[in-house]
Amino acid sequence: MSAVPLTAYLMLALILFCIGLFGALTKRNAVIVLISIELMLNAVNINLVAFAKYSINPGLTGQIFSLFTITVAAAEAAVGLAILIALYRNRQTVNVDEMDTMKR
Amino acid sequence: MTGEMIAFFLLALTAITGGVLLINLTNVVHMVVALIFTFIAIAGIYITLSAEFVAVVQVLIYSGAITIIMLFGIMLTRHQEKEKRAPRLKIILTGLAIGLFFLIMYGKIKDLNFGQQDVELHVDNTKKIGIELYSHYVIPFELTSVLLLVALIGSIILAKRADDEKEAKK
Repeated sequence: MSAVPLTAYLMLALILFCIGLFGALTKRNAVIVLISIELMLNAVNINLVAFAKYSINPGLTGQIFSLFTITVAAAEAAVGLAILIALYRNRQTVNVDEMDTMKR
Repeated sequence: MTGEMIAFFLLALTAITGGVLLINLTNVVHMVVALIFTFIAIAGIYITLSAEFVAVVQVLIYSGAITIIMLFGIMLTRHQEKEKRAPRLKIILTGLAIGLFFLIMYGKIKDLNFGQQDVELHVDNTKKIGIELYSHYVIPFELTSVLLLVALIGSIILAKRADDEKEAKK
């Protein structure tokens, strides 16, 4: 049997999620914020795949669900980047601090 | 210390190193390149979890497509040479909140163990996933294709310059 416990995988996912959350909240470049969100989604995928192997009912469901998550993440990245480019064309900035048109 | 354990530690170390570099580097392109290491290490983690198909998809979609898309986004927009950091107070407060979140979650997961079943998910992994996708999960699968189509058309419309706008610029 394998020696790596479930907790180790969950810890790795938790650390990556925290790094992604920190990046998404403190970075000022919108591209980096998007990529931090991708990192958070990846951490969630690790959890799904780990539980697919080490849960009470092991099976393929977790892996299939993580495939769907990857698809949605790819779509999100594409749309986010399109919004970013449209915004850059109008405001000449990618700084999230300056994206406050709707607050004024 | 088994081989699987060593592989897991090396991969986890690479993944976390990439994440920490993402936080600490100042050049935007370097940040994205650091994250490629994280994505590939996560693909390795999937292999240790006997999910080969997900690992290959991870390499294709994340280290391939999403990273390149992000690099395009960086190239098409103008950036300062050095990334300015957020105000120190904001960094400290966010760090404290995330540290609290980390401690709470750690307390919950540190004793979690469901025991280990003797399953062989890695045998015919891709074939089994294909059969499941086209039988049990066929409706979500088709909905996903609709979602991808909507995202494709939506991002093209968002990113393309409107014609009248172009006329006005002339």
